[in-house]
Amino acid sequence: MTIEVSGKSYETDEEGYLANLSDWNLELAEAMAKQDGCDLTENHWEVVNFLREYYDEYQIAPAVRVLTKAIGKRLGKDKGNSKYLYELFPYGPAKQACKYAGLPKPTGCV
Amino acid sequence: MSDQEASPTSGIIKKFLYVNRRAPHGSNYAQEGLEVALVGAAFEQDVAMAYIDDGVFQLKTDQDTSEIGTKNFSPTYRALGDYDVKKIYVEKESLEKRGLTQDDLMPLVYEDEDDDWAEKPMINLVSAAELQDIIEQSDVVLNF
Repeated sequence: MTIEVSGKSYETDEEGYLANLSDWNLELAEAMAKQDGCDLTENHWEVVNFLREYYDEYQIAPAVRVLTKAIGKRLGKDKGNSKYLYELFPYGPAKQACKYAGLPKPTGCV
Repeated sequence: MSDQEASPTSGIIKKFLYVNRRAPHGSNYAQEGLEVALVGAAFEQDVAMAYIDDGVFQLKTDQDTSEIGTKNFSPTYRALGDYDVKKIYVEKESLEKRGLTQDDLMPLVYEDEDDDWAEKPMINLVSAAELQDIIEQSDVVLNF
């Protein structure tokens, strides 16, 4: 599978996750979100950027429970809960936000 | 070892022990073992890790895979604490045989939620005999 952005084509897996982490850019993230009918707001970006930092440090995309806890620690309890994160990412916060972050599907996610 | 399969929906928490015996980068075993352990931990099972034989090299500090063209997944061991894995057992004899001490291993910690998120060390050095008891007390033992 591929995704087209500004005339360039990027390789993805069958679920739309980017094949090469290094291909990632802001425009690509927005295009992926648009395909899911989602407009990325500042609140979405907070989570997406957090995931990219997490991956950079640990070389892994965290499972949703780990993400929720870590967001709570970083951004406060009002954001570190399932309700808030599922409102932003209805297809599953870890799964969906990892996709826009250009990361593989989270470890612990089936 | 139990012959009953753990189901993520059953609410039963079992004691899983992942026994890692191989060097980190010569095969996929180390990385796969780590990922499977994280999956188990994500399903809120009681997960512990054991490192024996060449497996102790998996926890070595300053790993660098740039010359062999594979992913350096060693930073992922530091995520174990985030997945609520709190017990890592390293066999003393295996370390000694390889001329290693605990100072050669990554200082892995978890944050104790019940103690104001204080960082606590995860690595316990145990003798072969102690490890045998730990294996016997586990419900599910998986070898990698």
